[in-house]
Amino acid sequence: MEYISIFLNELYKIAFILVPVLVSVALAVWLDRRIWGAVQKRKGPNVVGPFGLLQTVADALKYIFKEIIIPASSDKVVFVLAPIVTMTLALVAWAVIPFSNELVLADINVGILYLFAVSSLGVYGIIMGGWASNSKYPFLGAIRSAAQMVSYEVSIGIIIINVLLCVGSLNLRDIVNAQQDLWYVVPLFPMFVVFFISALAETNRPPFDLPEAEAELVSGYQTEYSGMMYAMFWLGEYANILLMCAMGSVLFLGGWLPPLDIYPLNIIPAPIWMILKILFLFFLFALVKAIVPRYRYDQLMRLGWKIFLPFSLFYVVLTASFLFYFEKLPTKIF
Amino acid sequence: MTVIRFLKTIFLMEFVVGLLMALKEMFKEKKTINYPYEKGSLSPRYRGEHALRRYPSGEERCIACKLCEAVCPAQAITIESTEREDGSRKTTRYDIDMLKCIYCGLCQESCPVDAIVQGPNFEFATETREELYYNKKKLLDNGDRWEEVLAKNIRLDKPYR
Repeated sequence: MEYISIFLNELYKIAFILVPVLVSVALAVWLDRRIWGAVQKRKGPNVVGPFGLLQTVADALKYIFKEIIIPASSDKVVFVLAPIVTMTLALVAWAVIPFSNELVLADINVGILYLFAVSSLGVYGIIMGGWASNSKYPFLGAIRSAAQMVSYEVSIGIIIINVLLCVGSLNLRDIVNAQQDLWYVVPLFPMFVVFFISALAETNRPPFDLPEAEAELVSGYQTEYSGMMYAMFWLGEYANILLMCAMGSVLFLGGWLPPLDIYPLNIIPAPIWMILKILFLFFLFALVKAIVPRYRYDQLMRLGWKIFLPFSLFYVVLTASFLFYFEKLPTKIF
Repeated sequence: MTVIRFLKTIFLMEFVVGLLMALKEMFKEKKTINYPYEKGSLSPRYRGEHALRRYPSGEERCIACKLCEAVCPAQAITIESTEREDGSRKTTRYDIDMLKCIYCGLCQESCPVDAIVQGPNFEFATETREELYYNKKKLLDNGDRWEEVLAKNIRLDKPYR
């Protein structure tokens, strides 16, 4: 009996984080399209619901009623599993994101490692989808995507080391609390830029949307998918984008902390600040989508391995020497 | 030169300029309209759905001269005529196959009495092909419905013909 009540309690907490995340994913898709439209001086979706807010709901309904086609030559189990893996991994990572000092589902001490591990696993969904489709374009898209995500994973890892050097803890709550005086976006600004660009590559957003480059690969690993399975890839992708935005705001923009700890700013509840920062980063994601052309594949690899990796390694050395020389190394032992 | 270029590259100057440009463009006037609720302006010469007009007395304008039938490059128009009791020649049948029609406007050009005209309506999509085989009744109904606009368009376009 006791186990059941614990189980239900956890379930309730999970629903409390999952439902807002799914709703905000739906709103993010809408916002993305609106911003994209606004930059091109279009109105964007504005018919379904007030300001078109329900556009994503309408799209999702359409996808639900569409037939799911499973190609005859595909590996059926893996083919069905791929979108499920993508979406589950994108949602599972939200467990450790802190929305305020208390509001966090799983306050684990290796939060950032968990986040990093889960977002690395995301590539499996795409590889599985591309491989199981047993068709040219999905296969090429999946291979590109795997190479791209693995490459940028490396530089993101080293960027995270920069932040960890300053904090001295892997707990996301500690990372935010360490930014009480100064957000890390100020001392680590170049790393923030590199993180942002790597996050674009990590989530297959333009200018790094090579895996689904519609001009060359139809739509990459999603080509053979239809109906709800396609929608799940699509939801997973946007959940991942929001996750990257959340990660960026926790690591660099001081999470739930107000910009200045003064009167009118610090009465705004912490989760609102967190959401505002996620929104700001998402806004940048959407703007970038509207203004940049797609990278060539070799340029993408060159940027990842020859520029970002050495640069962030160099910055690790810089940060470490700075902290060591001025004896500012975090001493707190967790 | 190369130093400036290098600095521009590492500080992502072009990217920043592009972002600012995008921000600026976002708040400019939109070039698109809310189509079903707002519509763009149409020229008086716009060649949309066909209509057969009447005189203000209610008499049909068409005198069954069959010039439109003869000039129609797609041969979409079929006309049959007969002599009425009062001695005038009137159509008994005036069909336009809107699927064959290429909306060139030659029927309107050729008409000596401004009977067959092409109006401003372009929203006459249907669910079946059959609904697009227009007969005389449908065309006259169109004329009655759009008469005000049709008369105005003809008046506006008169000086240029």
